[in-house]
Amino acid sequence: MELIAEHPVLDASCFKRGEKVEFTFDGRSMDGYEGAPIAVSLHANGIRVYRETPEMKRARGFFCAIGKCSSCFMVVDGVPNVRTCVTPLRAGMRVETQHGRGRAAITAMLSE
Amino acid sequence: MTDISTDILVVGGGPAGLSAASEAASYGARVLIVESDLQLGGQLVKQTHKFFGSRDEYAGTRGYKIADILLSEIKENEQNVKVMINTTVTGYYSEDRTFTAMSGEESYMCIRAQRAIVAAGASERLIPFPNNDLPGVYGAGAVQTLMNVYGVVPGKRVLMVGAGNIGLIVSYQLMQAGVEVAAVVEAMPKIGGYWVHAAKIRRLGVPILLRHSIKEAVGERVVEGAVIMELDDKFAPTGQELRMDCDVICMAVGLSPTTEILSQAGCRMKYVPELCGLVAERDRAMRTSNPDFWSAGDATGIEEASAAMVEGRIAGLCAADSLGLPVKMTKLDEYWTRLDHLRAGEVGSKIRAGIDKVYRDKWEVRLDG
Ligand SMILES: Cc1cc2nc3c(=O)[nH]c(=O)nc-3n(C[C@H](O)[C@H](O)[C@H](O)COP(=O)(O)OP(=O)(O)OC[C@H]3O[C@@H](n4cnc5c(N)ncnc54)[C@H](O)[C@@H]3O)c2cc1C
Ligand code: FES
Repeated sequence: MELIAEHPVLDASCFKRGEKVEFTFDGRSMDGYEGAPIAVSLHANGIRVYRETPEMKRARGFFCAIGKCSSCFMVVDGVPNVRTCVTPLRAGMRVETQHGRGRAAITAMLSE
Repeated sequence: MTDISTDILVVGGGPAGLSAASEAASYGARVLIVESDLQLGGQLVKQTHKFFGSRDEYAGTRGYKIADILLSEIKENEQNVKVMINTTVTGYYSEDRTFTAMSGEESYMCIRAQRAIVAAGASERLIPFPNNDLPGVYGAGAVQTLMNVYGVVPGKRVLMVGAGNIGLIVSYQLMQAGVEVAAVVEAMPKIGGYWVHAAKIRRLGVPILLRHSIKEAVGERVVEGAVIMELDDKFAPTGQELRMDCDVICMAVGLSPTTEILSQAGCRMKYVPELCGLVAERDRAMRTSNPDFWSAGDATGIEEASAAMVEGRIAGLCAADSLGLPVKMTKLDEYWTRLDHLRAGEVGSKIRAGIDKVYRDKWEVRLDG
């Protein structure tokens, strides 16, 4: 992971890092820290493209990192349009690139 | 859908919101702080440098440590304070005096509050240029979140756009994190931030290019470089261009107050350039034209953390007072003395001019009480 190794002000304990956990991105297994935002965890693995826009098919990464701009929408455990910059990573999460608007699983909605 | 009720709802858990909550809770008000981020502290948790400002507001202490101080203060009145993180206040319905909020991505709730203090801070601006949507064009706040909160390297080589305090400070923080800063470009003919911050990064060999801006971002799927251009007196391109390699373009081109909730609540708003955007008119109590709403911090105009904390205290004190709680109203004068001190002199002149445009001595009598 692309992590800061040495810092003149902050030591490793200052960084918000929970337990090391595994998750998948488009089927590939990756490591991350529990509780850190999904988008941050992907960035640490060198992944910077999170979705593709509906019409122009433009790549999107994150921009604001505070849940305000919707640039970082992805499909997480089957749920589309998740703001990955403010959604904490959990062990075993299935994270996928979102193509277009994303579709909600109709069956999941009906069973609620 | 869950229903929650509280005396005072504080929207935003940055320095302004935490100070407001702490103040109101110390007089016995039941306070609910709703914060959309995964932790409290707002901008403070991203700041590793020692703060400027006033002694009473912890100047000289590093930003993230000031957040710890405020949090321990809140702990003293823990029984009166409830906190919800990862929760965003999404709307206000004045007919029912009800707020809606979203916790995580899929859980919604209603919040009924007698009073609300909006301390929602600010959002970053973006400027138009070709390819500004490429992954790798990041807001300065996002870069700070990556490196200072989670310890993740944002990139290898960064072009910084904007030489105000934020652009300068984040450039220095990038270098502390071991990232190369290719250059800082600034459209204005002079550096906007404090000279100390500029000197620090110049000493480390980073060029600050005045009268320069970004022309376009270069890259197929992610940022691979940028073309920068020189500007003349009228901000028109001179034709001089330079292509540089970088994998991150960091935008530090200013902030705008976050005020949607106040607009929804019908608070009288005004666009004030000196305060960087649309803000609510307010009185000495930081109360808006809607008698149930107060506001504090960057949401009332982009300023700095010291002032945000004092404004938060004023709002907390006065909101508690409006509930009939026994508060020490003499504190109000003390807080205003501190604010006046922070805004004194040449540096504060812009803020003072801005506030003059939205300050109201008193609200006209409202028929709906
Ligand atoms: C790089 C940088 C360096 C700085 N250096 C200094 C310095 O040296 N000295 C100084 O005094 N100041 C400094 N500042 C400025 C200072 O950080 C801000 O002025 C201060 O944080 C403003 O406080 P606030 O509480 O109003 O807003 P914020 O700190 O922005 O907090 C607002 C909070 O509200 C939350 N929020 C927003 N909308 C909602 C919603 N709808 N629902 C729930 N929560 C919401 C946000 O997530 C955020 O946590 C610096 C700022 C930056 C970016
Ligand atoms: S990056 Fe802006 S909402 Fe996630």
